[in-house]
Amino acid sequence: MKEFAMIMISAALVNNVILARFLGLCSFMGVTTRIDTAAGMGFATTFVITVSSMADWAVQTYLLDAYGLGFLRTVTFILVIASAVQFTEMTIKKVSPELFQMLGIYLPLITTNCAVLGVALLLVEGRMSFINATLFAFASSLGYSLVMVIFAGLRERLALVQVPRLFAGPPIAFIVAGMLAMAFMGFSGIAAS
Amino acid sequence: MSNAENSNQYSTIVKDGLWDNNGVFSMLLGMCPTMAMTTSATNGFGMGLATAVVMGASSYLVAVFRNQITTEVRIPVYILIVAAMVTLVDLAMNAWMHELYKVLGLFIPLIVSNCLPLARLEAFAAKQPAFPALLDGLFMGLGFTIALTVIGAVREIIGSGTLFADASLLLGNSFKVIEMRLLPADMGVLMMILPPGGFIVTGLLVVAKRVLDLRAGKEIQMAGAHAV
Repeated sequence: MKEFAMIMISAALVNNVILARFLGLCSFMGVTTRIDTAAGMGFATTFVITVSSMADWAVQTYLLDAYGLGFLRTVTFILVIASAVQFTEMTIKKVSPELFQMLGIYLPLITTNCAVLGVALLLVEGRMSFINATLFAFASSLGYSLVMVIFAGLRERLALVQVPRLFAGPPIAFIVAGMLAMAFMGFSGIAAS
Repeated sequence: MSNAENSNQYSTIVKDGLWDNNGVFSMLLGMCPTMAMTTSATNGFGMGLATAVVMGASSYLVAVFRNQITTEVRIPVYILIVAAMVTLVDLAMNAWMHELYKVLGLFIPLIVSNCLPLARLEAFAAKQPAFPALLDGLFMGLGFTIALTVIGAVREIIGSGTLFADASLLLGNSFKVIEMRLLPADMGVLMMILPPGGFIVTGLLVVAKRVLDLRAGKEIQMAGAHAV
């Protein structure tokens, strides 16, 4: 039980996907202008990361490792992820048409969100067991969603203040993200195993 | 098209890639390796070059097959082409530049999900003949390399006081000459090497590019072309 808790905390907070590992930054900068879109994106990505990581784990163990095809990993993983995204898109369209409308163009683009491929590669390289891998993927994506929502909140406030013209837009967002990353470094104290 | 028009178009492609439309500082694409692999100038340079090779090769291939690829399935086809190129670069680097390969690690396969190559395939290579597409991919990649090297250099100088440290180890012995120590070892600001430094330095460098563009009398781009 303690081991599982450590995996969760470490993946979600200490080694946060966005702020410590630098994965999924395009969506971090792209869809965090409003809290509700950021939350929707976080929700969809959580689903994709968890499902595709489980599938990638199985592909790696039973296909690539079993037949010595390790060099095809990049190609097969991206195919698995693209199918998982397609599946998520169909599910969301069925379950919640409003969310589908809101996420619009961003949904298919989850395929090129490097957090998805990155988490899959990390758990395969870490040689985790299936349960640990699933937990790791789920906790990582929770950490992703958390930071997306926090950052969207910050940017909603940021939109109301006067920023020097040269800093307006992306630069000030980067600097705010840097400060958020500093705050998250505080979690590294919990990492003692 | 006459020769003069051709060379005019080519010089626009080169200028766009290296400066005007720089993938990192203007379009804000490919942010993940930009932040993660710029803890030193050498890492940034290596990461940039690997990306440039992938971009050149995949732009060329997409342009060659642009009439065979139907619009409905183009994205999966593009991703597969990029993934194939990445696999080649991954294996080649593992064989010939093993030290650099170990440092870049996870981020070599992650070139597949870098938005910059895909954005260029969609915006340029899909509609243009093979040679301009090759040029566009290559120079967008070189612009990316320059951006990563600059960010890496700034972070490395402030963070550890060196410039191009370990270049001989990572890139080969002939690069020994560019290794430098600019500040004494105990003056480094560790924060610059850690994740927050990546965000802050990139933000400030985007501002720096805006200042330079303003000086040159150009319009500054207020928002990047955001893709996910």
